[in-house]
Formats: sequence, C-alpha cells, structure tokens
Amino acid sequence: MDLSFGPEYSAFRDTVRAFVTAHKDKQPTPGSAVKSSELLDWQTLLIEQGYHSRTIPTEYGGYGAEPDIIESRIIAEEFAREQMNTGLAGQGISMLTPMLLEMGTEQQKQKFIKPSIRGEIAWCQGYSEPGAGSDLASLTTKAELDGDEWVINGQKIWTSSAHIADWIFCLVRTEPEAPKHQGISFLLFEMNTPGIEIRPLVDMTGNANFNEVFFTDVRVPKHQIVGQRGQGWKVANAILGHERGSLAPPDAANSRLNGVIKLMQQETINGQCVIDNPIFRDRLMKLQGRVMAMQYNDMRLLSSRINKTQDAKLAGMVVKLIGTELRHEIEGLAIDVMGEIGLSYGDNPYLKGSGSWQYQYMYYLGLIIGGGTSQIQKNIISERGLDMPKEPKIQAKQGA
Amino acid sequence: MEFGLSQEQVLLQDSVNRYLNDQASLDVVRKFTAGDIDDKSIWAGLAGLGVAGLMIPEEHGGVGLGSMDAVIVAECLGYHVTPSAFLSSAVMAPSVLLSAGHTENLAEIASGDLRFGIAFSEAIGAREKAGITIKQTQLTGKCLFVLDADADAYLIATPEQAIYLVQADAAGLIRNRLTTVDNTQTICELILNDVKSELISTDKNSYLGALKAGRIVQAADTLGAAQCMLDQAVTYAKQREQFNRVIASFQAVKHMCAEMAAHLEPCRSMIWYAGHALQSELEDANLVACHTKAHLAEVGQFVAKTATEVHGGMGFTDLVGLHYWFKRIGFNRQLLGSPERLREDAARIQSLA
Repeated sequence: MDLSFGPEYSAFRDTVRAFVTAHKDKQPTPGSAVKSSELLDWQTLLIEQGYHSRTIPTEYGGYGAEPDIIESRIIAEEFAREQMNTGLAGQGISMLTPMLLEMGTEQQKQKFIKPSIRGEIAWCQGYSEPGAGSDLASLTTKAELDGDEWVINGQKIWTSSAHIADWIFCLVRTEPEAPKHQGISFLLFEMNTPGIEIRPLVDMTGNANFNEVFFTDVRVPKHQIVGQRGQGWKVANAILGHERGSLAPPDAANSRLNGVIKLMQQETINGQCVIDNPIFRDRLMKLQGRVMAMQYNDMRLLSSRINKTQDAKLAGMVVKLIGTELRHEIEGLAIDVMGEIGLSYGDNPYLKGSGSWQYQYMYYLGLIIGGGTSQIQKNIISERGLDMPKEPKIQAKQGA
Repeated sequence: MEFGLSQEQVLLQDSVNRYLNDQASLDVVRKFTAGDIDDKSIWAGLAGLGVAGLMIPEEHGGVGLGSMDAVIVAECLGYHVTPSAFLSSAVMAPSVLLSAGHTENLAEIASGDLRFGIAFSEAIGAREKAGITIKQTQLTGKCLFVLDADADAYLIATPEQAIYLVQADAAGLIRNRLTTVDNTQTICELILNDVKSELISTDKNSYLGALKAGRIVQAADTLGAAQCMLDQAVTYAKQREQFNRVIASFQAVKHMCAEMAAHLEPCRSMIWYAGHALQSELEDANLVACHTKAHLAEVGQFVAKTATEVHGGMGFTDLVGLHYWFKRIGFNRQLLGSPERLREDAARIQSLA
C-alpha cells in the first residue's frame, strides 16, 4: 500500500494550487447564464492552463497533455478543496467528445470537438424513448435514406437540456430487418432542423430539465453519422460506461455528509441540538461508515487505473448502484433532521440551505433510475461480475 | 500510488489459504465444534507459517509484519471458519505487550507454544455486573466473554484501561468454557479469587492500540466469512435447478447475489485501508477501526442472511453447513464492541458525542 502520489507530483500540485489561489476570486458567479461571456472566458482559461480538456489534442482545441491519472486527480482535489468552478460539463463534453476522439472521422473531430469543449456548441443526447427505457436497444425512431439525406421520424424522451442544446447525438433505427442491436445508427444533427418539436417534461423537483423531443420528417445530411450504419449500439455503449461511474462520486457524498453534520449541530428541537440525539447520531454514523467504504473503493479504482495488473472490475460495477442509493439516504437524513422544516420548499421563509436537501433527495431518486436503473445495475453485477446466466428470453408478443 | 496487496502479501495469502484448504476443512471444523478434537495442531501449523508471530518483531522471534498483513491472514481464517488463537494471541496480546515493553513472552507466543487470551469485555462495557477488584496486584471478581478458552495466560483490562496478566493455572482462578452460538471461536469466563497477577500497563494507549487492532482484524475475519458465503451462494445457484432452469437465471436470485456483492466489495477496500491506517499510524486509524468493524458487522449480517436464503431449505440445514459462517459473522458482530457501541465511539472520536 502506498497512498502517496510520490515526490514527482508535488511540484505539479504546487502549480495547480497556485492557480487556484490566484483565481479564487475571478471565477464566474454562480448561476451565470449559459454561454455568457463570463462562463466561456473561464472555460477558455481553464483549457489554456490544462485544467479542462487536458488530454484532448491541441489540434482539436484541447490542452494536449499525455494522459496521467494522478495529474487529473490532483487537479480535481485542488479545485474541490476551494470549491472552485471546474468549467463546463454536460453530455457533449463528458460523453460525445471522448467518443468522437475514438470513433469519429477526422472531419467530425475537426468540426465538433473544439466548439464543444469551449462551450460554443451545447449538446443533448437522444437515446431513451417512451417504449425503450431499460431495454434501450428496442428503440423505434427510424431514419431512412432518401438520396443524400436521412429522414427521421419518431420520439425521444428524458432528453436533458434539449431546450438549450444546439445539436443532438441520437440513436435511430436504420436497418429494421436486422437483429435489434445491429439495426441502430448514431447520427448528429442540429436542433433547429425543421420537423423537431421540443416539449418540456416537468419532473418531481418542479424543474423542467428533461424534455420530450418529436421528429417529423427531419432531414439530416447522410455523412452526419458516427461509425458505420448499424454500429450505433457499439458507439453508444462505449460512452455509457463513461457516464455511469461519474453519477455518484463518493467524495461529493462525503461533503454532503459533512453538511448534514453541520445541520445537526445547528438544528434544535425544543432547544436540544439534534446532534445530541443518539438516534439521529447513529443514523449519521451509519451513513458515514458507508461513505468511507465507497471512498476507499474509489481509491482502489484509481489505483487499478494506474496499475493495470490490479483487478477492480467488480469494484467499479457497484459504484452507481451503491453511490446513488447512499446519496439519496444522506439527503433524506437531512430532511428528517429538520423535521417539519424539512417539508419546506420554494419560497417558504423557513427553508434551509436554499432547499437543496429536498431538491437533491428527489434528484437522486432520479439518478437511481436514470443512467441504468438499480435493477439493471444488479443484472450487470450478477451477469458480468458474478458470471451468473442471463434471464432466458421469452417468446416475443404477437405482432411485436 | 498503489492501493492493493504487494506480491509478498499475495504469497502470504496463498500459503495460508493452501494450508487451511488442506488441513482445516469443514470436516475438521465440525469435529472441533463437536469437541472431538482441539485446535492445537491447526495453531501449530499456522505458527509454522509464521502466523502466530506475524506482528512480533524479528528480534523477539516473530516475522515482523504489520496490520496490513494481519487483515489478509484474518480474511483467510474467516473464509475457512478456522478455529484459531489469531485474534487474541497473535494480534491483541502482542500489541499490548510490545507497547508496554513487556517482551519476555513474545518468542514463545511467536512459536505458538504459548497462547495469550484477551479479557477486555469489562473495559468495553460490563454485563451481568462482571468486573474485578484489585488489592495490590491480587485480583478478585469475574471476567466474562474472554477470548480463547484454551489459552495459557490472560490479559485482563479494567474499566480504567489498565492491563493485568494472570496465568491460566494460577491458584484461585477458575476457568469455565462458555458455549456460544458460534463455537468455531472459543470464549470462557474467568472467576478470580485473590489471584496473583502482574501489572502490565496503566497506559491507556496499550489498551486502545490493542482494541483498535483487534477491531480491524475481527472485521477482516467477517469479510472472509461473508465472501465465502457469497461464493457458496453463487455456486449453489448455478447448480440448483427449479422450473427447468438453474435458479441463478432468475432475477430474484441474481439480484440477491448482486446486492451482496455490491455491499461486500467496497468492504475489501475498507479493510485494506484500515490495515494500512493502523500500520502507518495514520491519524484517522481509530475512527476507521470503529467504522470498519461496525460497517462489516452490518454488511456481514446482510450477507449471512441473504446467502442462506439463496440456498433455500438447504441453507437452513447442518448438512450444507452454511450456518458455521452465519454464526461466525454473528459472533464477530458482538465481541469487542457491537455496531451501536462502535458508532457511538466513532461519534465521540469526532467530538460529536
């Protein structure tokens, strides 16, 4: 066991820390508008300094550093220490860009990567459909070739940020005769293309980040496909793996847990501090132990990425399942700590922490379901982690 | 940065596992719990591998390894539900004796010729009004739930966290073996009537250091036992057929196994970190020890119940013998601090209680 990063990284850490210290007061104000110059300038600065898009080649607008897991970790740690704005996120940056680097044509890389990482093109992801959730590969939105154009008809749902996106990366069925996993293609097109209708989908938090997106004879140039016809499922899976681990980072759970501790020290019932109530304290400590286990699990995962001989396959598979459930419980404890105040929402004057406990409690229920439900995660763990057999297929319904 | 086992540690794990596979099968464990054999030959064999002197420095006849190595061995012992004096004689007693500078027994402990038991229950939380009174160094009273019913000597901790040494054959000492639900690990009561003792330490750190190490190592034993139950459940589910399918193809069964794995796999990292924290004397070692034992107790209990259920009716029988692991996990949960007690300790360490 060696938990240090070694002396060769201490100079690097000093450099990052110096940047963070010097720019603490220069970061964008929270809640800055999408594509505001404040946000875009900050993003450009981060990329130029190598604190965003670090390993993306310079010819595509990145910083061009060699991949180094420890350097990335140090940047994340130092930014988190000061709760520094880490730049733009979103599906175009976290999912599409790495996929284009791996499977895109040279022309696609040239055209899309730089404006995507700089925040000039915002993306949304068109995967799920009303009839294709956990069984995503059964999607039916179809694209038919008509001359040099794809003609798209169908519907997507749970499309985050569709209302503010410039482009969409979208899974469509192009080979209706092929087995379901082999008939899908991966298309890129602009959201202002005629025939696209976006309807907001209000979720239980009261926000409308999700949308329904309808396609009626949407015409898209033939070359805007990633990978070959029928390879879309392979392309999509390469990125889904990318998404899952990042949905429930244990360090974020720990900082929320520390927030609950503060809350328990402040909140009183009949003048008695909640932290002095042994039942609440036990619930808190139970969660703290679980968070710690996930933090050490995370250390093991980091180590296995550096030392390729270490096997941590199963350790990686459990993060989304355990992490999202754990986070939901942490937020739930905070609400119980507040009791009746925990019912407050919106403009209620007794609201604490801007209502973030209530919001996150519901938001994390969304994450337990989204990105592969807990039940799908258990299928993955049992089939790929424990080598248990798949559920036998039943005969398809008549007419399906 | 390397979070994992070294090559030497993998070799240690392999050699202990190989020995236990060959010499301490479930049949041997069954005979031991039935009282047909004692555990002396198993302990001698383990001592031959260096297990008895694992944490004792070489100048005192031991192997000179640390708590990271101890958690690896403990996981093997839990996996095989092995009767052994490891926790008391190889981990907790050497910790006390080394910190107190009382080194004369260490070589014999390392060779396995001398076994030290641990009587810490009254310092952690007395039950049944047990406890001892001390006149000079003569001890009178009762110690309950003392680790190792066959030890040659015992280290007794008082509520003030002083530690006394008594010989098992001392005049005035009566030792009664206590039947437990587990019986792969033995405990006893000591009834003392003006028994001669030796004061080993009045330094709280001797007591706390040994307790910390004991909690982490016992949690590692639970990890091993729970891992074995999960492995058995998955193997069984892949063989057992109902409705013309192996039951491992039913989602209800798969999800039970996935939940066990999902809760258990991070525990391995937690145990490794705890072993490392203790060995490197990290500041958070005591907090980690409390949380690790409490968390493993909870996960262990979940796995023990769920793995038994996966086996259906067979899980409930003596025939399959799954109950040896179930009971081992239950034993580990209560000794050296139950989860509620440990979490209260964890809160206190952070000044939250």
